[in-house]
Amino acid sequence: MKTKFVGQPVERLEDLPLVTGRGRYAADINFPDQLHMRVVRSGHAHGELVSIDTSQARVAAGVVAVWTAADVAGLKPISLREGPDAKLDPYLQPVLAARRVRYVGEPVAVVFAEDAYLAEDAAERVGVEVRELPPLLEAFAAPVEFEPGRSTEPLVIRKGFGDVDAAFRAAYAVVELDLATGRHSGVPLETRGAIARYDAARDIIEMHGAAKVPHRTRDGIARSLGRDPATLHLCEGHVGGGFGIRGEVYPEDVLVCLAALRLGRPVKWIEDRYEHLIAANHSRQQRHHVRAAVDAAGRLLALDDEFFHDQGAYPRTHGARVVDLTAGMLPGPYHVPAYRAVGHYRLTNKTPAATYRAPGRFEGGFVRERLMDAIAQRLGLDRVEVRRRNLIPPTAMPYRREMSAIGDDVEIDSGDYGRLLDRTLARIAWDALQRSLEQRRAAGEMVGAGIAMFLEKSGPGPRDTTYVTVEEDGGVEVLTGSASVGQGVETAFAQICADALGVDYRRVRVVHGQTARIANGVGAHAARATVLTGSAVHVAASNVRAKAIAAAADLMQVPAEALDVVEGKVVRKDSADAIALDLGEVARAVAGTAAALTAEGTFTTTHMTYPYGAQVAVVRVDRDTGGVAVERCLVAYDVGRAVNPMMVEGQLAGGFAQGLGGALFEEFQYDERGQPLSVTFADYLQPTASEMPALDILVSEDAPSPLNPLGIKGAGEGGVPAVGAAVAAAIDDAIGIPGAVTILPVTPVRLKEILDRERQVEMRRKI
Amino acid sequence: MKRGITLNINGRDHPVQVEPRRTLADAIREDCGQTGTHTGCEHGVCGACTVLLEGEPVRSCLMFAVQADGRRLRTVEGLAHDGQLHPLQRAFIEHHGLQCGFCTPGFLMLAAAALERDPAIGDAALLEVLSANLCRCTGYKNIVTAVRAAAGEMRIKK
Amino acid sequence: MGLDHARGGEAALEAVKPAPFEYHAPRTVEEAVTLLAEVAPRDGRVLAGGQSLVPAMALRLARPAHLVDINAVSGLDRLRVEAGDLVIGACVRHAAFDRPAAGGPLGTLLAQVARHIAHWPVRTRGTFCGSIANADPASEWCLLAATLDATMVARSVRGARAIAAAGFFHGAMATALAADELLVEVRVPLLAADARCGFSEFSRRAGDFAIAMALATYRLENGVMTDARVGIGAVESAPRRVGEAEAALNGKRPGEDAFRDAAAAVARAAAPVGDIRYPAGYRRDVAAAMAQRALEGTVP
Repeated sequence: MKTKFVGQPVERLEDLPLVTGRGRYAADINFPDQLHMRVVRSGHAHGELVSIDTSQARVAAGVVAVWTAADVAGLKPISLREGPDAKLDPYLQPVLAARRVRYVGEPVAVVFAEDAYLAEDAAERVGVEVRELPPLLEAFAAPVEFEPGRSTEPLVIRKGFGDVDAAFRAAYAVVELDLATGRHSGVPLETRGAIARYDAARDIIEMHGAAKVPHRTRDGIARSLGRDPATLHLCEGHVGGGFGIRGEVYPEDVLVCLAALRLGRPVKWIEDRYEHLIAANHSRQQRHHVRAAVDAAGRLLALDDEFFHDQGAYPRTHGARVVDLTAGMLPGPYHVPAYRAVGHYRLTNKTPAATYRAPGRFEGGFVRERLMDAIAQRLGLDRVEVRRRNLIPPTAMPYRREMSAIGDDVEIDSGDYGRLLDRTLARIAWDALQRSLEQRRAAGEMVGAGIAMFLEKSGPGPRDTTYVTVEEDGGVEVLTGSASVGQGVETAFAQICADALGVDYRRVRVVHGQTARIANGVGAHAARATVLTGSAVHVAASNVRAKAIAAAADLMQVPAEALDVVEGKVVRKDSADAIALDLGEVARAVAGTAAALTAEGTFTTTHMTYPYGAQVAVVRVDRDTGGVAVERCLVAYDVGRAVNPMMVEGQLAGGFAQGLGGALFEEFQYDERGQPLSVTFADYLQPTASEMPALDILVSEDAPSPLNPLGIKGAGEGGVPAVGAAVAAAIDDAIGIPGAVTILPVTPVRLKEILDRERQVEMRRKI
Repeated sequence: MKRGITLNINGRDHPVQVEPRRTLADAIREDCGQTGTHTGCEHGVCGACTVLLEGEPVRSCLMFAVQADGRRLRTVEGLAHDGQLHPLQRAFIEHHGLQCGFCTPGFLMLAAAALERDPAIGDAALLEVLSANLCRCTGYKNIVTAVRAAAGEMRIKK
Repeated sequence: MGLDHARGGEAALEAVKPAPFEYHAPRTVEEAVTLLAEVAPRDGRVLAGGQSLVPAMALRLARPAHLVDINAVSGLDRLRVEAGDLVIGACVRHAAFDRPAAGGPLGTLLAQVARHIAHWPVRTRGTFCGSIANADPASEWCLLAATLDATMVARSVRGARAIAAAGFFHGAMATALAADELLVEVRVPLLAADARCGFSEFSRRAGDFAIAMALATYRLENGVMTDARVGIGAVESAPRRVGEAEAALNGKRPGEDAFRDAAAAVARAAAPVGDIRYPAGYRRDVAAAMAQRALEGTVP
């Protein structure tokens, strides 16, 4: 099969409306006679909800209704996406708090008014009386009572294989570290929003503002409402970034749908930024106590990790997925003969957490790579060499780890990690870099470099189905259950379809995020869209191509083997001049028959694919302020096959920026009463263009996946996982204190403390 | 409470009735129906709401609509001319300067103001300007490249 | 703008739409001060650039019942040198200082400082005088006014009065201005033609609020420093000159030794305000570092 579009950095089909201001994001959608919903949220981190006085709010200007838990008593709590879990079900979040509030930001009441300003005015007049209870703000502190008979540790996940204890007894050296990653999250630039309206004639609730996993979200909302999912249609317009945060079921989505049903008018809810920072999913906060047993050559004999995951007040739709992924993916690209991970899923009185781009891998990657640096330091080995010695060799592929990650056995499909490491070192000219840094250090600059390697996962199955149809004008529709969060699925799928079918990608229109049009979908998450849906598109388009050739063969009275589809026409392979048929003509000819140019394509997979990469960071530290300037970075990532290299690089650059935020800037902080401190963009600091280093991106296609027809591994999450580790290592190198960085983000205050402590130690030594 | 004002957006007058507390961003979006300008924070940090007021970039969430009565505003909907995309719009497409597109109108207007003032703007100064706005998807690399490319084209035209 | 003040746990939490207010747009200073006399006692405030006030209103941290918009008041956009001072009218925007607004070192200094104030779109609206009246501890212009001994001119129905910088900044967000007074202009004394200046600020990202900053000027007479002024900002609840640092400079030659002494003096003299994000000790250390860098910046 010729590839004309796959592999090319073609311009995106999505862009024209977006650069001309014609996007349709949730806030842009309006229906006649709509009401605005405003959520009243708990101002206390923990307490008994004594009373809610809605009397003032009810009579405020423009107010149509005010609800509390009593008004929505029939709603079931927010359920888990993957299905019931006996251990977590008792802890699920109610749509509106009934007896207890458990985090600042928890929905307590809702106001419905004629416009958003009036709704906000009225919400202020709702009086919430809470009898405060002491908040639990540390996940590694001993669990307390969630409610009588239940502790704040609903479950513990254990994974592992091999005889870890024996390995530690036989070890040449044991390295032990205490590490922590800070609480931060995706924080997309568009806040959450939902607009629902009810069609009484058909008994359909239509909700706009869906994203990510519209089918699953539809099912989740339906469960809470106690309705048949078929009576709920979710529609996705333009989406201002997801990163895993947007598109899960939140209480607000359920309320908007119920309100449309009960109040008989469309209901619009657009979250503001303050709300987003205290109510949309948090992520990333974990504390690890990790040990490694190594031999004299620095090779891993065993890893033993116990960690505490700060889940916040309630489980979210992913249940314990992040803990599972952390434990399952921590060994990374290294051969680990024995492994034990114990992940404590702990509830605290903070905003609930869930998956955020590369979930579990930013955390686990930081832990693993700090460990590798510590091993190098302990044994006096070069930190690149230590990594190289531990990498799984390509000859070992497919490589099994006797444990599962999110229900999938860990079987790494393909990878040449050593080669990627070589390419990374060559690309950044590592040796010359070390020399130049030494010179600069001799001249008094605090500069250093760090390197980290990582393993990613993508494309969890089990399957996806798409439908490709050639229309009578020759245009092509690809119907998917996928979702766009801005990453370019329309273009990527168009490219795949175009090559498989034989048309120009610009003639392909991709439908996504419309649950009414397609029964099932996997949406877009876990870097699965291109792998799973893309593969299904490939299959469906190939099926349509076969049908087109068969139909044309019939029409042209020519054997099918003599025909090909090129640039939207069915042509004879042997003579370019001979009569060709437009696909549209063929479609018209067979319309309405069994031979119609429409086909389904299903792609099934039993295993995930495992992209992998390496990152190098070069930093300069300001010893007087603890400030860190990141001068250069290299992100190297093997995606098996890049459908659109330009888009792959875009994903890596964007992911890198988020990883950088987590490494240096972003943190949800709380005071001792559980009051969130990071509530505006003046407190929650995301990198701007000035904070970005010169960024080099190396997209590698050394190890296509054998698990799908195009060899693709997902690129969406690859920019993120190693940034924390690489920057931490670079800072250690710059300040000359190995193992100094154990906590992310490395804020100026923290770094200065490290420097001051070291200077005191030095001074004491001199005395 | 409401008063009548006229917002001139991209050369067209929009007479509207607004309360004094109606922000310019909300008036542009809701009262004038020009939803290309987005609000990402409503407290003046992210820059998604950037529009041009008499040619200068301002954060429309930090102004009240009444303050822009009778003044000339330009938004992203007015960048293209007679069906021709502005060099910045073309450059953003060519150089993959957008992913979700939510921050894009703000960046386009900010960059338009900068390049119209001085298409020969230096790299350091351009980086300073572009640091005014937040983007969560692209990591900024391609935004900077796109604006540079458009600057080149606009310099030639001048 | 102190958006990062921690919020209490009571009701009326998050908000981004301002509470209702009555809006006034006077055309003359007389009209403006008359209005202020009327509305100030009823929560009336001046709206100039709005870059600090509007976000506060959006978050409902501020709920003025009346806004007196002075952007249309004639005569408030003066920016010129008069009797040895640079006169800055109430409606002069930060952006006006991008190019030197006066000859000599003051113009250059103003342009250097202006670059640290937020970002360009904020500077097209925000005003110099607005920053002074707002008195955010992290305001660069407040530091400049305090260090260079500017004079603030206020008008009210009671007439005009001049307030020296030394007595103007009372604390975080607090000044000597009465609620019904309009700050109509600030007069910054020109610096001597041979004056040397330096400014240094530490913030987390480009354009962010300062965590600590310092401004220094001096003249040279016979090779030694004289007339030294060293001011620190964002460290205490209001900016101020540090006399001990100035004493460490006067009479000495400019150079590492004197600069280090002055920085050490800042470290000793500062009474930093600590909070959950930036402990007092940290601010003290960074203030000293900024003082040193500001002084290093005075040497061409």
